[in-house]
Amino acid sequence: MAGVAGGNDFQWCFSQVKGAIDEDVAEADIISTVEFNHSGEFLATGDKGGRVVIFQHEQECKNRPHLRGEYNVYSTFQSHEPEFDYLKSLEIEEKINKIRWLPQQNSAHFLLSTNDKTIKLWKISERDKRAEGYNLKDEDGRLRDPFRITSLRVPVLMPMDLMVEASPRRVFANAHTYHINSISVNSDHQTYLSADDLRINLWHLEITDRSFNIVDIKPANMEELTEVITAAECQPNQCNVFVYSSSKGTIRLCDMRAAALCDRHTKFFEEPEDPSSRSFFSEIISSISDVKFSHSGRYMMTRDYLSVKVWDLNMENRPVETYQVHEYLRSKLCSLYENDCIFDKFECCWNGSDSAIMTGSYNNFFRMFDRNTRKDITLEASRESSKPRGTLKPRKVSTGGKRKKDEISVDSLDFNKKILHTAWHPKENVIAVAATNNLYIFQDKIN
Amino acid sequence: MRYSYQRRTCAIARAKMFPKGTKRKFSDSREEPVAGGEDVNQSSLAAVRMLSSYSLQRQSLLDMSLIKLQLCHMLVEPNLCRSVLIANTVRQIQEEMTQDGTWQIMTQALSAANAAAQCSADRLVATEVLCRQTEAAQGEQVPKPFPVVGSEGCPAEEVLEEEEEAAAAEVGMTMSTVSPQAPTSYLPGTFGMDPCWEEEETGEDDDDDDEEEEEDSEECGSGSEGEERERDSLVEDTRTAEQVFGTFEIKNPAPSPDPALEELFSDVDASYYDLDTVLTGMQSVPKMGPYDLLESLSSHGPSPLSSSTSCRSDLNELDHIMEIIVGS
Repeated sequence: MAGVAGGNDFQWCFSQVKGAIDEDVAEADIISTVEFNHSGEFLATGDKGGRVVIFQHEQECKNRPHLRGEYNVYSTFQSHEPEFDYLKSLEIEEKINKIRWLPQQNSAHFLLSTNDKTIKLWKISERDKRAEGYNLKDEDGRLRDPFRITSLRVPVLMPMDLMVEASPRRVFANAHTYHINSISVNSDHQTYLSADDLRINLWHLEITDRSFNIVDIKPANMEELTEVITAAECQPNQCNVFVYSSSKGTIRLCDMRAAALCDRHTKFFEEPEDPSSRSFFSEIISSISDVKFSHSGRYMMTRDYLSVKVWDLNMENRPVETYQVHEYLRSKLCSLYENDCIFDKFECCWNGSDSAIMTGSYNNFFRMFDRNTRKDITLEASRESSKPRGTLKPRKVSTGGKRKKDEISVDSLDFNKKILHTAWHPKENVIAVAATNNLYIFQDKIN
Repeated sequence: MRYSYQRRTCAIARAKMFPKGTKRKFSDSREEPVAGGEDVNQSSLAAVRMLSSYSLQRQSLLDMSLIKLQLCHMLVEPNLCRSVLIANTVRQIQEEMTQDGTWQIMTQALSAANAAAQCSADRLVATEVLCRQTEAAQGEQVPKPFPVVGSEGCPAEEVLEEEEEAAAAEVGMTMSTVSPQAPTSYLPGTFGMDPCWEEEETGEDDDDDDEEEEEDSEECGSGSEGEERERDSLVEDTRTAEQVFGTFEIKNPAPSPDPALEELFSDVDASYYDLDTVLTGMQSVPKMGPYDLLESLSSHGPSPLSSSTSCRSDLNELDHIMEIIVGS
């Protein structure tokens, strides 16, 4: 796949934006997760209002082959509703924390969506035929009087307008005391894991009333709690291996064959701290907000507050690559702590060939890093910089005293415009970037 | 990871621990070392200035963290990861202050203040009045330090002129004039930085047990191992008093969001740090300023250089007392 940073191969250009243009953003419309399915044909988003919107990649136009097809709404449904925990007198948010697609096995599509407490398996299926000519009921659906039936006929399938149905097939509830932060489908396509702040459970997709607890880091005395689980993922090739990251910047790889309860890790990944840069905020910024395996399964990527690190699973003592996302924020950590931005959980993603990685930043900026050429680029997801099929202009944040033209100074950054969720098409150079309540889709210009 | 006092003095000159360009809480001008520094007196004065500045900044950070821990969402469970990280930060500061000896001074000052405590209404007024006075006194020279009980009453000029310990004493003395409230309503357990993360009623042990067990049985069984551990920790949890991270405020009937509290969360502006607003916003909850945490700590007088472990054992006693008080 071509390099990310302009160069001679391709350039990122604006394709579409979904969502309201309104200045006043309704809280419920804020996108909280974005995920392509395994073929890239579908793109699912979840929002704070508990809704899931699925976009489908339209077939490319035959007469205009230089245009890729667009993503249009395929299905919208309410996945989770707000609930109230009467015992604790607390609301349970309906915000969708994660969506994960299951590999497609038949004509229907399945995805898992989760809020803080409950995971649901949804089946999205198409219906474009309708049976007519039933014997026992008439066209309105009312039952016919059996004595009136004088002849038998075979019902005929008639075409109808395409209807997309989403139905909840399984509800996996009551297994998490703390807030679910991750779900990950196993490579065996039969099980999946769900992780909350202190525990990880393993589920079978068919069984909803039971799950196996495979990691439990809750201390016997809660007063001793100093570390929580922040993310977890199954290894894409080995169904017995998974990793989980912590708020102290460590990653543990576990093998489920070793023990029923994987509290003892098989591998422990941690980069030694640089003593010269230690501050009161060191631990907070080392907290890992996302962990993703490469498609090959050989590497994994972690996102902490200021950087993205690529780890080789065979080397535990340090990452093989480190990319600075917004190092200019290091001198602003106190302000960011004050306004809570330091706790923002940015996600990261790989491209299909694992040659590039992408993650978000503030001011609606997002960053891409090419692992081969070591080039990086900063782009912006905003309506102002998005002209139809217009090439995105690289952005730059000025760190020194002198601000060049077109650069933006650190103090002018809008910390309310944060790009936490991004996704990369598994096969093509198409990316989806969630900017608050808008979903931007960018693609490369085919030469 | 400990910084000795001596190392700190040297480290100030080169390491910029706190960021430049941060808003009003930190004074950039005081971070710069004195130019030249040939004169020994000048450089030592500069060192003292930077030390004091550092301790002031550290105090601000501590105050900010304590406020963050207390002002939890009313309706939704607080983010556990965030709470843990803030608590760890506070613990870090506490450890460093214990090393420097400033911790002892602060807690002694608070216990002195507590001894002179009056009724709660008077105290509230005193705090309010003090806030206004000290704000006026500071004028423009000082970037407004975190206006929580205590540190705001410490005009920057005085801080700069004294040794660090004296400066800390100044802070402590100012706090004594504020006379914070009696430890009738707070969780001592938190300040030894042993927060309790569960949200549970105190004094209603039976209900808690039932609740936990119910959760437990619903929490699909893995091995019995997991369940047993859950049960063991259950017992511990039900014994613990309410916590900063918990939702004690929710126990008081507050079905609709308190508009004052909503305002606190909506944006971070100057009013956020007004002690008035803080107290008003928390009217529906047990009234507690951040330094009441310290005061509850001091009332059991832990030794200044004690390790966190011994602090914890003292605080377990406090937990017990808290339970009794809150239960009534």
